[in-house]
Amino acid sequence: MLNRTADNVARATPEPLAKKIRGISDKGLAWLFISPTILLLLAINIFPLFWAIYLSFTNFRANRPNEVVKNLGLANYQRILGDQDIWIAMQTTAHFVFWTILLQTLIGFTLAWLIDRKFRGHAFWTTIILVPMMLSPAVVGNFWRFLYEPQIGLFSYVISFVSGIPPTNVQMLSNVELAPWSIIIVDTWMWTPYVMLICLAGLRSIPEYIYEAAEVDRASNWRQFWSITLPMALPFIMLAVLFRGIENFKMFDMVNLLTGGGPGSTTEVASITLKRQAFESWRTGYSSAFAIILFVAVFGLANIYVKALNKVKQR
Amino acid sequence: MSLTTAHSVVAPSANSKRIAGTIIVAYALISIVPLLWIFATSFKTPPDSIAYPPKIVFQPSIEGYCNLFTTRTRQTPEYINSLGPATGFCDETVRKRNMVIAGPSNFLPRFVNSLIIAFGSTFCAVFLGTLSAYGFSRFKVPLADDLLFFILSTRFMPPIAVAIPIYLMYRELGLSDTALGMILLYTAVNVSLAVWLLKGFIDEIPREYEEAAMIDGYTRLQAFWRTVLPQATTGIAATAIFCLIFAWNEYAFAALLTSGTAQTAPPFIPTIIGEGGQDWPAVAAGTTIFLVPILVFTILLRKQLLRGITFGAVRK
Repeated sequence: MLNRTADNVARATPEPLAKKIRGISDKGLAWLFISPTILLLLAINIFPLFWAIYLSFTNFRANRPNEVVKNLGLANYQRILGDQDIWIAMQTTAHFVFWTILLQTLIGFTLAWLIDRKFRGHAFWTTIILVPMMLSPAVVGNFWRFLYEPQIGLFSYVISFVSGIPPTNVQMLSNVELAPWSIIIVDTWMWTPYVMLICLAGLRSIPEYIYEAAEVDRASNWRQFWSITLPMALPFIMLAVLFRGIENFKMFDMVNLLTGGGPGSTTEVASITLKRQAFESWRTGYSSAFAIILFVAVFGLANIYVKALNKVKQR
Repeated sequence: MSLTTAHSVVAPSANSKRIAGTIIVAYALISIVPLLWIFATSFKTPPDSIAYPPKIVFQPSIEGYCNLFTTRTRQTPEYINSLGPATGFCDETVRKRNMVIAGPSNFLPRFVNSLIIAFGSTFCAVFLGTLSAYGFSRFKVPLADDLLFFILSTRFMPPIAVAIPIYLMYRELGLSDTALGMILLYTAVNVSLAVWLLKGFIDEIPREYEEAAMIDGYTRLQAFWRTVLPQATTGIAATAIFCLIFAWNEYAFAALLTSGTAQTAPPFIPTIIGEGGQDWPAVAAGTTIFLVPILVFTILLRKQLLRGITFGAVRK
């Protein structure tokens, strides 16, 4: 089918142009192939990034485009670094990232390790487990709000059924202590399969003969796990942590729909603060500066982490 | 490999397999409950959906789907009796609640927007991605590693961070709240995944095919069309589905940059409300319809899943 399309395209191309294309050098062709992507990314990613950098030095407000824009120098950055609320938001984000990664790695690795036993029907059940991660976090987050409703929600019903606490007291979303956990639970439910899948690939990459050699050496199962399974799967686990870390640092959709940052600002992660500053208070310059700080933080942390990952890989 | 025996000495025992199987099945069943609950709720009546204790056995109803696709107004029983006979299932259901259908809801247009934007951006991302991936895979591109890292790094940005300048830029260009604007945006986001994934797939196609074709008198471009593209179709299809899933599920940009005509389903579904709060059966119905395509793709994709979610960094 593709061949026919190709021939049709070739035939439909005007002769002078066709001659030009045919005569094009490999180097020219390489650029012809790569440049559209680069240009698109420059237009929709890099240009906005530089615009954001420019805005971060100003007092511009997007809802008042006609006002005179003043250059503030580094004032926005200074204010952010001295702003108590921003630091609290960063702590909330760190708390959220830490717990989700810890839980997802522990549960995900355990599941992968069990699935690797290849029991009957393992392929089918693996597919079932993978379903949550394919869904839209926003749509799913919205529905979890229903599951979390005290009284009518399934989650609070099950919790009260198991623990004996009256269901009206299971206030996952409005209790200050529980609200961050309501997000951590949904995130773990949704993304554990992701970590599991990567860990599974790691476990499957360990050659059988290493275990056989260990068996000949009479290494205990425990010893085999600590000296073979875990170290050899480690680069994969670290890769999963990297991807989840970056994603959860940026997390917006699920939090926005589950709690919207509340109650109070107990679940206000960095992205929610950013949205409030940029699209509710319309402090465009200020929020741009915050965005740049976040970007630099993710970029820097990811770079350091990738270096560590490469070291582990080379071992 | 002299150690390999007919029965591998380290094969898990039947017992450990059984334990592993039990735990996995239990986990799978628990993790699928929220989705089954969404599905079940979509067939409940509004009173059933908020009953306590939560109803597992109930009389199925399509009221949720009716409410999803229509807007309704409350009327007096006298007025409803004065109307002619009900014109269908939904009309009848709605009348039982002293309401009449006022018109179609926004769900269908929003769903169509999702289709247009997801498929449009997927097509563009895969098209650009295939060309670039071939470029990176077969030619000596100066600074290729840096360019590839640059392409990947565009994913590090929190969407909200670029949303501010994109919002301003789109306002200037008249692209805000347009399908075209969203297609361009999602293409830019997806193209990084497309390039990385497709480069992996194309790297695996032996160069000899093109060389043979070129010896036969084809130009480089013809060789690309005739040998590489047909070989890469599986990879291209898998990449397309990953891009599609992302664009289908995306919420942050959609919520900030679209408000009306170009709004997609993810920001719309949470706004479905009935009388006195969210109309959960209707929300569940919208969610169910929205999830079905993704469930189908997940099953189709099982084998490529790993590659897609790790940018091709891990191969299976």
